[in-house]
Amino acid sequence: MLVDSQKVGDLAENLAKMDEVKGRSLWGDALRRFKQNKAAMVSLIILTLVILFSLTGQFLTPWSNEEIDWNIMGNVAEMGKPSFETGHYFGADDLGRDLYARVVQGSRISLMVGVVGALIAVIVGTLYGAVAGYVGGRTDQIMMRIVDILMSIPYMFVLILLLVVFGRSVVMLFVGIGLISWLDMSRIVRGQTLTIKNKEFVEAAQAMGVPGFKIIMKHIVPNLLGVVAVYATLLVPGMILTESFISFLGLGVQEPSTSWGALISEGAGTIQYGTPWQLWFPLAFFVVSLFCFFFIGDGLRDALDPKDR
Amino acid sequence: MSETIMQVQDLKVYFDVLPQGAMPWTKPRRLRAVDGVTFDLKAGETLGIVGESGCGKSTLARAVIRMIPAEAGSVLWLGQELLKFDKKQLRNQRKQVQMIFQDPLASLNPRMNIGEIIAEPLKTHYPETPKAEIKQRVREVMEKVGLLPNLVNRYPHEFSGGQCQRIGIARALIMKPKLIICDEPVSALDVSIQAQVVNLLKELQDEMGLSLIFIAHDLSIVKHISTRIMVLYLGNMVELSDSADLYAHPRHPYTQALISAVPIPDPEIERNKEVILIEGDLPSPINPPSGCVFRTRCPRAADLCAQQKPEWRDAGDGHMVACHFHD
Repeated sequence: MLVDSQKVGDLAENLAKMDEVKGRSLWGDALRRFKQNKAAMVSLIILTLVILFSLTGQFLTPWSNEEIDWNIMGNVAEMGKPSFETGHYFGADDLGRDLYARVVQGSRISLMVGVVGALIAVIVGTLYGAVAGYVGGRTDQIMMRIVDILMSIPYMFVLILLLVVFGRSVVMLFVGIGLISWLDMSRIVRGQTLTIKNKEFVEAAQAMGVPGFKIIMKHIVPNLLGVVAVYATLLVPGMILTESFISFLGLGVQEPSTSWGALISEGAGTIQYGTPWQLWFPLAFFVVSLFCFFFIGDGLRDALDPKDR
Repeated sequence: MSETIMQVQDLKVYFDVLPQGAMPWTKPRRLRAVDGVTFDLKAGETLGIVGESGCGKSTLARAVIRMIPAEAGSVLWLGQELLKFDKKQLRNQRKQVQMIFQDPLASLNPRMNIGEIIAEPLKTHYPETPKAEIKQRVREVMEKVGLLPNLVNRYPHEFSGGQCQRIGIARALIMKPKLIICDEPVSALDVSIQAQVVNLLKELQDEMGLSLIFIAHDLSIVKHISTRIMVLYLGNMVELSDSADLYAHPRHPYTQALISAVPIPDPEIERNKEVILIEGDLPSPINPPSGCVFRTRCPRAADLCAQQKPEWRDAGDGHMVACHFHD
């Protein structure tokens, strides 16, 4: 076999100079494995496109999401079909508003609800669970019983009450979803913490006098971030679904603001008037994005925990 | 000889255990993990602790640095009562004592690279140290333990067991401690690597004047590295003596049995030597035998052993033993 003289030369040079060797971190390995997962990579690309669409889509259409096209109003089933000539790429809704602009707006809200909900879950849940698990004893008991109590409250009921009492707004939706989303996460994190806490490197850190909070942040959290990342990607579609459900009930975001769930609900309501695009377009975005999130979550799990495959 | 850095007096560590499926109000039972251990440790000396699994070696080692709360007794660290240290004093003391663990890979955080791992004690106790100095000291200490300093950016899983143990040693050394507690540091390594690691520890000890508390269940290794050896049985001290003396003239029947079981690397002798077999299992530390804890398995046990706990007595030349009928 031929030896790559260039490479050997490089190696010799490296050895001579004693350059610092770059290590392969566990994160690096996971990234490599993730890139080999085709379904996850395709999902990631599609999802990126959906996110780009939700952020910049409004610049590609002459219509804004509030404008009503008076020409087609009242005859949407015939004149509001999706077409490039009228500029209504996805058609118009029954009020004559441009559906494309509406979907852009709805995507933005839905994705935001999903991501913010998951973020709250990740931050609060991880810290809460890690502290409970690490401190242990009575603190752990009390903290986890609080979670149990919160979990036993029928949250959909509470969410609906919240929205009715404090008025329907996106902020209220965030608060409501954020209140319940971290519970499962904190349980998962606590369980993981219990196993990590007994590893020798944690004991080593205790023996060298690293303060408790720092041990949690530097030794425990990085080691359970894999599980958290997987769970968080699977949580995003859950949040989006919850929001859609609430919106479908008519309690979610308020007009003129909208979301995938609200759009689907409208589309379903007007389907017998001959405007099926009003249902299909938001539904397609909704389904495709959810699939993408699930595939990415799956890919992440395989990449971060190759043993469990 | 040199100054005494640690004096342990009648140290007791008990754990409360609840039986399986117990109700919360059941009274927990006492597990006597360490039951009255006394020793002192001089600067530059190695104290070997041997005993079978579950006899309290690791618990003892952790209790003397307050990783596990002690029930009673006293630990004097450089003349001060360690068990009464407040948080600040304890933090200060942690600089001077480091620990090396049994499983080399498990004792290194897999998400941190070697440089970060070794620098961690330094960053914890002296957070203002400039980066360049940290780097410099990490390199020095890596060279000292025989690791190429250009590997600082690698991660623990990229190293072999022996290398990982060297990393663990480097981490312990960077603070220039007075005492290193080695909790079975070589049990997980294969024999040739064991020798390397033990010899490295010995060299470093000579060079830096460290004291070591060396826990192991392999007697030949303990003999090789220790100045003095303590034999533990069920949380009780059985024998404590100079390492050469203990091997040449073990006084306690338990020690004698242990030493007779050490394989000799010569088939001729090995085949013909007499092995003293101890029968039965280790009794439960929840319910230890009355009198001498070893009497249930002791070939010399007599009535007296069941009635009276043997005193900790000097059998000549500072060879301490706890047996009514020692040799």
